[in-house]
Amino acid sequence: MLFPSNHPLPATPLRVVATGAGIVTALGIGWRANADGLRTGRPAFRTVTLFDVSRQRAKIAAEADLPASLPPSRLSGKVVGRLDRGAKMLWLAAHEAWDQSGWEPAEDLPLVLGTTAGGMALGEDYFRTAVRTPDRHRQQPTRALYYQSQTQGRAIIDALGIGGPVTVISNACASGASAIGHAWELLHYGRCTRVLAGGCDALCQLVFAGFDSLQAISPTVCRPFDAHRDGLSIGEGAAMVALETLDNARRRNATILGELVGYGTSIDLHHLTQPQPSGDAAFAAMTLACKSAQIVPVDIDYINAHGTGTPLNDSAETLAIRRWAGPRAATLPVSSTKATIGHLLGAAGAAEAVICLMALREQWLPPETTLENLDSACLFPIVREPRDARLNTALSNSFGFGGVNATLIFKRWA
Amino acid sequence: MSHVFVCGLGAVSPAGWDVPGLCQAVRKGDLLPPQSLEWPGRKFPLPWLPVPNPDPRPAFLSHPRLRRTNLLTQYVVASAMEAASHYLQAHVKDRRLGLIVCLQAGAVQYSYRFFEETLRQPGTASPLLFPETVFAAPTSHAAALLADLPLAYTLVGDPASFLQGLALSVQWLEQGVVDACLTVGAEETHWLLADALWHFQHSTVISCGAGAICLTLDPALSIGVELSCITDAHTYTCRRSREVAAKAMRAQLATSSPAQLLCDGVTGNSRADGPELAAWRDWTGPRLSPKRALGEGLMAAAAWQCVAACDALTIEQHKTAIVSLVGSNQQAIGAVFIRI
Repeated sequence: MLFPSNHPLPATPLRVVATGAGIVTALGIGWRANADGLRTGRPAFRTVTLFDVSRQRAKIAAEADLPASLPPSRLSGKVVGRLDRGAKMLWLAAHEAWDQSGWEPAEDLPLVLGTTAGGMALGEDYFRTAVRTPDRHRQQPTRALYYQSQTQGRAIIDALGIGGPVTVISNACASGASAIGHAWELLHYGRCTRVLAGGCDALCQLVFAGFDSLQAISPTVCRPFDAHRDGLSIGEGAAMVALETLDNARRRNATILGELVGYGTSIDLHHLTQPQPSGDAAFAAMTLACKSAQIVPVDIDYINAHGTGTPLNDSAETLAIRRWAGPRAATLPVSSTKATIGHLLGAAGAAEAVICLMALREQWLPPETTLENLDSACLFPIVREPRDARLNTALSNSFGFGGVNATLIFKRWA
Repeated sequence: MSHVFVCGLGAVSPAGWDVPGLCQAVRKGDLLPPQSLEWPGRKFPLPWLPVPNPDPRPAFLSHPRLRRTNLLTQYVVASAMEAASHYLQAHVKDRRLGLIVCLQAGAVQYSYRFFEETLRQPGTASPLLFPETVFAAPTSHAAALLADLPLAYTLVGDPASFLQGLALSVQWLEQGVVDACLTVGAEETHWLLADALWHFQHSTVISCGAGAICLTLDPALSIGVELSCITDAHTYTCRRSREVAAKAMRAQLATSSPAQLLCDGVTGNSRADGPELAAWRDWTGPRLSPKRALGEGLMAAAAWQCVAACDALTIEQHKTAIVSLVGSNQQAIGAVFIRI
């Protein structure tokens, strides 16, 4: 039962570990391709090819190259043919996470997804057909169905042969982090022993045009925390993590990639699209995450910032980090991987969670190679060059339109 | 096990901008008179039930945050304010109210307008419209009006997800992060959405609005109704059809008794209703079917079912109300509310 829970609250909250991770970005498909790209900070942007941007102010994005065929699954060829780009990326990421985890299918295994747009490109196709030829109905039911994010989720559980609840969280650009945070809460409070969680968003014209209309997309280069930053760059991708209780992972002698030790979330009521200038909600999310992890800022070795590259976001996040970290800020390495792979929107928090796991496991810091002139407000060091580092704890921030802020904290598993 | 109480209900529907209007229409049971949605080039119009303009217009609709918002946000805010009013009056200070907004289609009106502008001339597509197309926008506006919220989420899914939202409310209450939590289900409509629904349910009348339930662990704030249980989420898979999932949900709920009320999601469309009717074939007790009166309001209709069930417990002789949500393409979930 969802309520009352089949599992009583444990006397002591349970520890949660990641035993599988999968990622798709413009850098490539899978952990290795992304770790290699992120480690060097090689930006993955190019002129958009998926739709016409000739009349847009901005022209570039971090487009992913998808393989001609997907990994084998329980899905029929007909269903695979109907999947949108986002669902395909989701399946690639889920497949990698699942394989790495060594999990067996179960009918009660939950899936928690974060997305902002679902299969929006199919929605756009529906729109075009309905408006131009309203009496032409061929493929319209398929578009209407596969456009919906719960259909993306159902495709994944069918592909894996699992059957638990599918929960779709759409907290704008915090969606992926919220999904992983929600999964952490389910495990931490003993409601289940395994959860597959993450996020996905594919490039689509409506969203690209939307950010462009707000003049939020950089017409030059995405440079988070740069004094002359002029906007974000959109990316696309998916990332999934296989999360389970530590006891469960130990029982099956699983390889542990890292521990998810804390989650904090808050809401910024200042404005629909602008953060409260002093970053109060970001500060609250980081503080709550530390509280749940039972650590203090001095314990954090790296921050993967939300760092969109927009003037307003980065200044609010800068103030929040300074206030939260206190004296630790002066030596706390920070970077935004959005300079490399773009802003993955609903997938961003999930991808950045996987990036934190990579950094902790392989002991390096992802650099921001596009940074030219550091904003003088940043009293913390931005990682600008590829480098190895001793990392034990990493914090990842995700902030969304509408004001949901989410912070995840990961620890190295040694 | 926690005892979870209902401390407020809210509704916006084709029957008006409050719970009494909704429940009166549901009890009457007759479909409200539909209107026609016309579209250039389409051979025949599509039936729909709009929400009438509020009279008088609620003062909160003049809030600066609602100046440019769509109808969806107005429905969310209105139902949330109605459902939270009891809690807000009781807690003038030190409020810790959570908010979960559940949507299926989301902001179809502004999405249509923005994409239409984008295709015509992207350089002049309105930056005021785009942010309002985001699923999380209504949640954000409602949170701003309610103020002092520690938590607010937006869930997307088929209409049965409303009970996932209610279960998440309970989770937050049990974790102690909120003292009360609102779950809102809402939709607005547009020709494009009516057209999409038509592909699956030819004779269904589409409608819109919102419904809200406020939960608390504090019995002193209860309206006399307790949430007794929410079944598992019986997800539709390639191995578990909608009909099988509906029966699995049914199997977790009570057997028929005259003291129990069933509030189902039957619309009158045999194709759409089939699995739910099959699951409840043996039910001989009383039924309420809000969609028969108010049309297919998607996530809003799921919320209306819960609101109507709770309201019936406060004014009628039923001891128990069962809500059956057999979603369109994701899952079947049921819930039981009891009179205390």
